[in-house]
Amino acid sequence: MITKLMIIIPLIAAIIVPLLHKRFKTIHIGWFVLIIPTILFVMLLRFIPLISSGRTFTHTWDWIPSYNISFTTYLDGLSLLFALLITGIGSLVVLYSIFYLSKKESLHKFYCYLLLFMTAMLGVVFSDHLLVLYFFWEFTSVSSFLLIAFWHHRKASRRGAQKSMLITVSGGVAMLIGFLMVAEMTDSFSIREIISIMPTELDHRLFMPAMIFILLGAFTKSAQFPFHIWLPDAMEAPTPVSAYLHSATMVKAGIYLVARFTPIFAMNMNWFWIVSIVGLITLFWGSFNAGKQKDLKALLAFSTVSQLGLIMSLLGIGSIVYVLGYSAETAIYTQAGFAAIFHLMNHATFKGALFMTVGIIDHEVGSRDIRRLGGLMRVMPITFTIASIGSMSMAGLPFFNGFLSKEMFFEATLAIRHLDLHYAASLFVVVAWVASVLTFVYCAIFVAQTFFGTRDLLPKDRVIHEAPKGMLIAPSILAILVVLIFIFPNFFGKYILGSTMLSIYPNMGSIQEMTPTISAWHGFNTALIMTIGVIILGSILYATRKKWSGIYGVLPEKMTFNYLYDLIVEEIQIVGKFVTDLYMTGSLRHYLIYIYLFIFLVVGGYFVKSNSFAIDFSQNAPVEWYEIILMIVMALAAVFIIFAKLRLTAVVLNGVIGLGVAIFFVLFRAPDLALTQLVVESVTTVLFLLCFSYLPEWKVEKSAKITKLINAVIAIGAGVLVVVISFTVLEYSEFKTISGFFENAYELVGGANIVNAILGDFRAFDTMLEVVVLLTAGLGVYILIKSKSKKERNNHENK
Amino acid sequence: METLMVLLIGIFVSVATYLLLSKNIIRIIIGTALLSHAVHLLILTIGEVKKGDVPLLKEKPGPYTDALPQALILTAIVISFAVTAFVLVLAYRAYAKNGTDDVEEMRGDELE
Repeated sequence: MITKLMIIIPLIAAIIVPLLHKRFKTIHIGWFVLIIPTILFVMLLRFIPLISSGRTFTHTWDWIPSYNISFTTYLDGLSLLFALLITGIGSLVVLYSIFYLSKKESLHKFYCYLLLFMTAMLGVVFSDHLLVLYFFWEFTSVSSFLLIAFWHHRKASRRGAQKSMLITVSGGVAMLIGFLMVAEMTDSFSIREIISIMPTELDHRLFMPAMIFILLGAFTKSAQFPFHIWLPDAMEAPTPVSAYLHSATMVKAGIYLVARFTPIFAMNMNWFWIVSIVGLITLFWGSFNAGKQKDLKALLAFSTVSQLGLIMSLLGIGSIVYVLGYSAETAIYTQAGFAAIFHLMNHATFKGALFMTVGIIDHEVGSRDIRRLGGLMRVMPITFTIASIGSMSMAGLPFFNGFLSKEMFFEATLAIRHLDLHYAASLFVVVAWVASVLTFVYCAIFVAQTFFGTRDLLPKDRVIHEAPKGMLIAPSILAILVVLIFIFPNFFGKYILGSTMLSIYPNMGSIQEMTPTISAWHGFNTALIMTIGVIILGSILYATRKKWSGIYGVLPEKMTFNYLYDLIVEEIQIVGKFVTDLYMTGSLRHYLIYIYLFIFLVVGGYFVKSNSFAIDFSQNAPVEWYEIILMIVMALAAVFIIFAKLRLTAVVLNGVIGLGVAIFFVLFRAPDLALTQLVVESVTTVLFLLCFSYLPEWKVEKSAKITKLINAVIAIGAGVLVVVISFTVLEYSEFKTISGFFENAYELVGGANIVNAILGDFRAFDTMLEVVVLLTAGLGVYILIKSKSKKERNNHENK
Repeated sequence: METLMVLLIGIFVSVATYLLLSKNIIRIIIGTALLSHAVHLLILTIGEVKKGDVPLLKEKPGPYTDALPQALILTAIVISFAVTAFVLVLAYRAYAKNGTDDVEEMRGDELE
């Protein structure tokens, strides 16, 4: 129940906040918003002791019971950890944004989107039903789109928003396909049920496709290679958004999905290979590209890509336990899974702090360009301290939490050697180590280029000083956490991380067995030697980076995935326009022809196919001679309209037909219709004539012979179709008439005229809406006559 | 009677369709008017014709003609009148703005 409330509270707040904005113009509405995630965070803290003892909480609301869709929330270790991140980092980001965004910005929109995102993200981690999960998943993409495009007057913002939307949503659709396949295999949409059913379906032919489609969703969301290209462009968002969505929470939804689905798919060895290899490639590619960035945020974006790859590969390595089976020897691989979750938490702390310091620099200095920044250490000592703590943690240096998880990562890759994988195992170690060296290099660039050196290249127009105190609170808290986690890793391990192991590895060991004791010092082992190697080689590479930076130019522009993306988007637009232009010609005649052809095809086609033509003259009512004359006159009048030289002739002929119709109404015992028809026909004719005084005389249609021929064929076809179907309908007697009911009109509604009784009583709503139509048409006529376009008005004034 | 009526209606539909496919806006409007005549007659014809008395209780002993199609047609006549009036004014406005009564020449500007 409480989990549901947590999803709903931010949603309600998202509706209220814009209203508050109107009421309180003088107060920064961020203060109101701050309350929401803080309350949620405190509510979640209460669950920690319960969850860490192995309990889980479920709550179900029937949503669409006939389709077996229920809104089930599920709170276990994994969702609790994510929810803590979402609300905890969320509170800090909101606090930070209060000082980052001035009151002149459209804050109500910003906080509305942010709260919507919070709802969506909490929904993703709490949902047990696959379709509900998918719904919230796409909702995070939409709110991310809105937040990236927050400064929508910038072209780059719009472009970045579109790119992230296109990539993550197409991944989301792939994921939906995967979900449906899983549901097809297991006949269930509940993740918990699927976990228990799936081991019996391993040979199902949909197993591999489902795995790949779901991973596509996870990889696009978590910016894994080659889908990582959207994340650097998403940095156009305001920095609080980058810190929140694009480093701490949303991009980790893919990690969440992989962790959640590990018990479902990991029995197949391919899961291990795909997840760990994609993770490793992403880790390397991200860290390699981060080094060449000139923009601080772009550097952090690529570092996020790289770190996400690291977590992903750890989850992949950890999943091998499912293939090997859990035992004392293989328990070491569950520690890789533990390291993944541990690093996920650490990354949220140090990367959040780093993004906030970049925001501070941007805010105070007015530039994020690495080539111009420098020497800020003296003027911004606190920012410098926070940035150094964050960077050193990211680089995996001792005394910060990143060191612990990086060591565990090395140990996990080293553990792969025990598997019988030949040289692939050493590849894991080499890639991990090289990527760590590159990580060290870009961390060094980040700190040294910003805070050391000279300030000569900075904009001269402002005095640079330390950020306001309020702005420093949030990053300081994160920096303190970075250190605290290093000092008391086992406190966090025991209470927060341990229970997540039960989510990733259910039915294996107990929490105690699977929670390793984290220690900063465990002898002079291989992992430590690797770290020392990282520091030495990293320092050398940093010092000599000018000599080897030419390597970034080796890959030509046309070989990048960005180029491919641009090409695809551009081509889709060109081809789309070409195809649309083929049939959307703007010609009324063409559109009518499409409609008629469609009717011929569907109605006529079905009519022929069902072979239902029937005709019977015997039931016909008798015909009088004057009726035949009337028919001939009307038919001739209709045909002559086509050949009328003057429009007046045409309108008079139309009037003749109208009067003929009125006479038929009389003959067919419908006096009310005849009266109405007479009035309406007269007024219509007058309207036509009135209109003629404003319109030119019509010219003889000068169309090509072939055009006229096509028109004639379609016209005759339409007539024939109506005649044939009408004959058949006349013969059809399956439906009995219901008019007997209306013959009780006098008893039921007190009216002797049945037609009037139907219009005024039985179908009064119909008549009322008819009046509405009449009124709307009248209003339309009035407005069309009264209003004048700008051009006409100008002409009028010029006269 | 019904057979002949249906044939007449077929002619109306053909002529109306031919008019709809032409270029002149007035021809198109007359086409729609003719099409509604055809449909009104069709609804009435498909219900039974000449099989009963005028549906006025108390005045005739019955049996009565089916009154439901008549009520529907009454609504349809009024609505088709409203539409015709609106389209006529629309034609007038279009001519005032574009200076042509040829629908093939009435083109909006690109990306207006």
